[in-house]
Amino acid sequence: MEKKIGCYICTGCGINEALNVKTLTATVAKEQKIPLVKNHAMLCSPEGVEMIRNDMTSEGVNTFLIAACSPRVHVETFRFGTPMIERVNLREFAVWGQPDAATDKDAKEDAQALGEDLLRFGCIRVKKMNNPEPFEDPGLSKTILVVGGGYSGMTAAKGAADAGYDVVLVEKAVELGGKVAKMHRLTPANPSLPGKDGLQETGAKALCLAVETHPRIKLYKNARVKQTVGAPGLFDVTIDQAGSDTVERIGSIVVATGYNLYDPNKLGHLGYGASPDVITAWDFEQMAREGRIVRKSDGLPAKRVAFVQCAGSRDKNHLEYCSSTCCTVSMKQALYVIDQYKNEASTCVIYQEIRTPGQLEDFYRKAQNEGVVFVKGDVKQVAANSGGGVKVQVADKLLRGDESMEVDLLVLATGMTPNIDTTDPNVSSNLNLSDEERAKTVLNLDYRQGASLPSLKWGFPDSHYICFPYETRRTGIYVAGPARRPMGAASSATDAMGAALKAIQAVESISRGAAVHPRAGDLSYPSFRKEGCTQCKRCTEECPFGAINEDDKGNPQFNPTRCRRCGTCMGACPQKIISFANYSVDMIGAMIKGCEVPPAEDEKPRILVLACENDAYPALDMAGINRQKLNPYIRVIPVRCLGSVNLVWIADAMSTGYDGVMLLGCRHGDDYQCHFVRGSALAEIRLSKVAETLSRLQLDSARVRLTEINIMDVDRLPGLLDDFVKEVTALGEQPYKPF
Amino acid sequence: MKEFAFYPGCSSEKNASASNMENSVHHMCEMLGVKLKEIDDWNCCSASIGYAGGGHLPRLALTARNFALSKQQMGDSPVVASCAACWLALRETNERMHEEPGVKENLNTALKEAGLSYDGKLEVKHLVELLVDDAYVGFDALKAKVTKPLTGVKMAGYVGCQTNRPFGIAGDNYENPEYLDRMIEACGATAVPFPKKVACCGGALAFSENEKSCDLIKDILQSAVDNGAEVIVTPCPVCQLNVEVYQEKVNKLFGTNFAIPVVYYSQLFVLAWGGGWKKAALDQQVVPADVLKKFA
Amino acid sequence: MAYDLSFAKEVYKTSEVGYWIKMCMQCGVCAGSCPLGPHWEHSPRQLFQLVRAGKMEEVLKSDSMWMCTSCYNCIVRCPRGLPITHIVHGLARLAVEKGMADPKQPTRRFAVEVFWDNITSTGRVGEAGLTMKLYFIDGIGPGIQRGLEMKNQALGMLKTKRLNPIPFRSKIKGFAGFKAMLDKAFELEAKKESNA
Repeated sequence: MEKKIGCYICTGCGINEALNVKTLTATVAKEQKIPLVKNHAMLCSPEGVEMIRNDMTSEGVNTFLIAACSPRVHVETFRFGTPMIERVNLREFAVWGQPDAATDKDAKEDAQALGEDLLRFGCIRVKKMNNPEPFEDPGLSKTILVVGGGYSGMTAAKGAADAGYDVVLVEKAVELGGKVAKMHRLTPANPSLPGKDGLQETGAKALCLAVETHPRIKLYKNARVKQTVGAPGLFDVTIDQAGSDTVERIGSIVVATGYNLYDPNKLGHLGYGASPDVITAWDFEQMAREGRIVRKSDGLPAKRVAFVQCAGSRDKNHLEYCSSTCCTVSMKQALYVIDQYKNEASTCVIYQEIRTPGQLEDFYRKAQNEGVVFVKGDVKQVAANSGGGVKVQVADKLLRGDESMEVDLLVLATGMTPNIDTTDPNVSSNLNLSDEERAKTVLNLDYRQGASLPSLKWGFPDSHYICFPYETRRTGIYVAGPARRPMGAASSATDAMGAALKAIQAVESISRGAAVHPRAGDLSYPSFRKEGCTQCKRCTEECPFGAINEDDKGNPQFNPTRCRRCGTCMGACPQKIISFANYSVDMIGAMIKGCEVPPAEDEKPRILVLACENDAYPALDMAGINRQKLNPYIRVIPVRCLGSVNLVWIADAMSTGYDGVMLLGCRHGDDYQCHFVRGSALAEIRLSKVAETLSRLQLDSARVRLTEINIMDVDRLPGLLDDFVKEVTALGEQPYKPF
Repeated sequence: MKEFAFYPGCSSEKNASASNMENSVHHMCEMLGVKLKEIDDWNCCSASIGYAGGGHLPRLALTARNFALSKQQMGDSPVVASCAACWLALRETNERMHEEPGVKENLNTALKEAGLSYDGKLEVKHLVELLVDDAYVGFDALKAKVTKPLTGVKMAGYVGCQTNRPFGIAGDNYENPEYLDRMIEACGATAVPFPKKVACCGGALAFSENEKSCDLIKDILQSAVDNGAEVIVTPCPVCQLNVEVYQEKVNKLFGTNFAIPVVYYSQLFVLAWGGGWKKAALDQQVVPADVLKKFA
Repeated sequence: MAYDLSFAKEVYKTSEVGYWIKMCMQCGVCAGSCPLGPHWEHSPRQLFQLVRAGKMEEVLKSDSMWMCTSCYNCIVRCPRGLPITHIVHGLARLAVEKGMADPKQPTRRFAVEVFWDNITSTGRVGEAGLTMKLYFIDGIGPGIQRGLEMKNQALGMLKTKRLNPIPFRSKIKGFAGFKAMLDKAFELEAKKESNA
């Protein structure tokens, strides 16, 4: 279908007062040769939208350039059933973000130049834009695979099945239920509700039954996933059940493989091994389940029980992190003792800091009220008593001295360790885990970047935990429960439902050829010009989501349904052969070059700002909404992610005569906020290599800078821009300015 | 205005340490038309120190007897107290009778020995609560009566402890109650910022741990002076006594030279309403309040 | 041996609102809120932990409870809602009952030997008698000494008619009933303790 562009310039919200709309219109019509340009006093009004819709029928307009307010507002108003639309942010950037033009001639000139450049960018973008064809495949499946038949896995499976999706559940054990089914009781899920602060039945039996009998759940017990080939919607998963393989076509995957417990044999300093009466919380749970809370040494009743917190946790020699559940587990187990021995019970929790997040604070109160004593301190020495039980010496931080106590059982509350293969089994782990603990392959992915899910630290799968908690760095694969991070049963149930919903969202989006978040609904996906490829493998190595495999010759093989559409591959490609229908190296390059850079003698510098559309662009936009003054010399071009910034754009900017280039993107590093996980980090690495190129062009590398911005940085952003403009101007004349 | 049962407490007796409060309260209420009828034959509430000799039940029994007498003599009339400790004891006894199992029953068993009984249901008011509440008096009425505004005098509103904690006046903030400053302003005087507004003066420990208390009193005086106050205003008889009477001792201990008058809010009102020096009981100050003389 | 619960259980049962002690989470807000902070041996939270640790002697012989001015700062600030002031008063009373409080502790002496007798012998405080008994608690010599130290204060009060020079006061009218009531209350209190 022939592309017919219509450009609509709104003159409301002060645009008409601040800018010369006639000149703007001429820029679009005459200079950029857009055949249809119209103004409207209030484009977002029903009349304004009606005007556009009339042009769709009478003029055949199918591509829209809306020059009005921010693309973040009136999204629905200007939706015309096509992705072929571009919004030019005149209001926030060229009007509200600029000084009051009526009183300042210079400011008016600057604002006008800015408005014109913004329109040029918009015109070039729509001219270069193509309508993306959504990815389709007749073999797409909406079946959800759940790996792990414990509390989280069963909850996820049942949740997805109840929502009407076919589920395949794989459990390695002979029976469903996992660890929770082997527990005596659970801590209350909502202890703040009146009368709900007591211990709960696990409910595992009922849940197992519901899963076993669910018509939509296909169960593989005593089974494991042997291999996962393909991509979301098109996964072919080989399931090995007692030696015989079955292949299932799967849409998306929930991994709920639970956790391992830290090896108590490493806890000699806390008395493990000193006496049979020093046991782990898990062993104690089994005792309670059997209804026999007794000394292991002689089988006599264990009425005096002490629980040691952070046993091998929050300790740089063991697990560095908090498992978040041990405190409440010990409280629960102390209540078992009180329940069994009533007034004769004497229970004590030896802790560092009590951590009872959320409503569990009320469970802490409950435990205190029942008489559990809490002692803040370090276990210094544990020795077996000749008559059974143990003698414990504690450096008591509350009484400020060494105290000793005699107990029948000393229970070590050990932490949770990751149970999925986030680490390469061939590389020694910094977790101090035994081979056993280092998880076996759960999914065995046939991905160019490896068989396992990438980890950030401590072996738990990496995800953008602030915005997309269940996410992994493998699209369509979601992790729930303690496999994701240490958590208790109540949190795991919530987590499992969350992951099930994400899995459903994934199969539904994929069935429409659309991306999942953060570019939810995007129909574009990368394509490449094979003949230009030099098999450098940068794209296959750098994709944060492992979306690209390689063929035998090293050519990339794109998997559109694994792709999140960030464009990191496009930014990586030295040959500039990777592009999207509506986003390409050529398009942004042309926009950069489309800016009308004034000659040096005008003393009007130009700064190109490539702003990440996730946080940096909204922050700029909000500065405008707040009427903060944005430097009039900056020219903002939003990018999908800093990872999509191809270095050729820096060269384009310099040769066009910009005085400097600023990349605004999300924080990277261990506490990254990059919405595509690795994009801003990769941009930083690439940029570090640009200095050489710049010096060859006799340009100071200080002309290019990457600055981390988050969405809360609105107030400091205008100052940052002003400073950069000042610093760059101080570097002297940019030699590539037009005459 | 209806009549209230009144529990003055020991320090408000004739020739007792807070008789300046009692005298000014008497005149203030007369000028307002608030009728307070003293409970006949009331006994001591044992204040903040009674716990050690009286323990739990005997201590609460003291106050229960006062309630029972009030009920007998004045029916359902709310019991009004002007002393912080007395008011607190009343509030606490009611609360304990409702919230602690067995207390109500045991107290009535004890009361029976005196031929009395009490169900824990009489309403309790601090005199200040009547003044700040529009349903009874209210700030507008307090302001309207001013004929001699105490213009220009800087005062530190010293709320202290027991009129403020643990119950508080009219839902005011524990860390920064505002009613006393508003009372000062209502009299036309200036309330200065006063960081020691709710600090403790040592209370009854001024008797037994005098030097430790003087240390606290010194900080309170210093803060008032540092903030430019010429007068300290308080609602509490223990605060007034400690902060006023021990100034000489403080000066001796710490080499200071404090001589700042400490007066009751009731004295301010009587003065600002034109009641004069004697009705305001300002002739009963150990540290003379000369700065207020011109309003007499 | 620490953390034997028998003393704690006794306190929970017999000391005034002592059962609240188990709810303390040891945050220390009470310690930071107490005006006598520089002077006590154990902060409230430490007292509570000592109770839970079974350290009866350390608790009941501590002078910390006797530093309470009843300012109620700890009560209103305790994030766990413990009635700390009352708990501390209860522990002080328990120390008196068990005869473990330091006989020389000045606040104990004032509260138990002077104040309570003063108010219960007539029904109301006799301020002059109270003051004199306090001064002369250690005999004539130190009494005169203290009296002289406080001479100016007393004179100031006398001059302003805020001190009755006559140290004797008459009993309230219903004193007989008042006395009987208190005796009964003590009897009931003792019963509760013997239940422990």
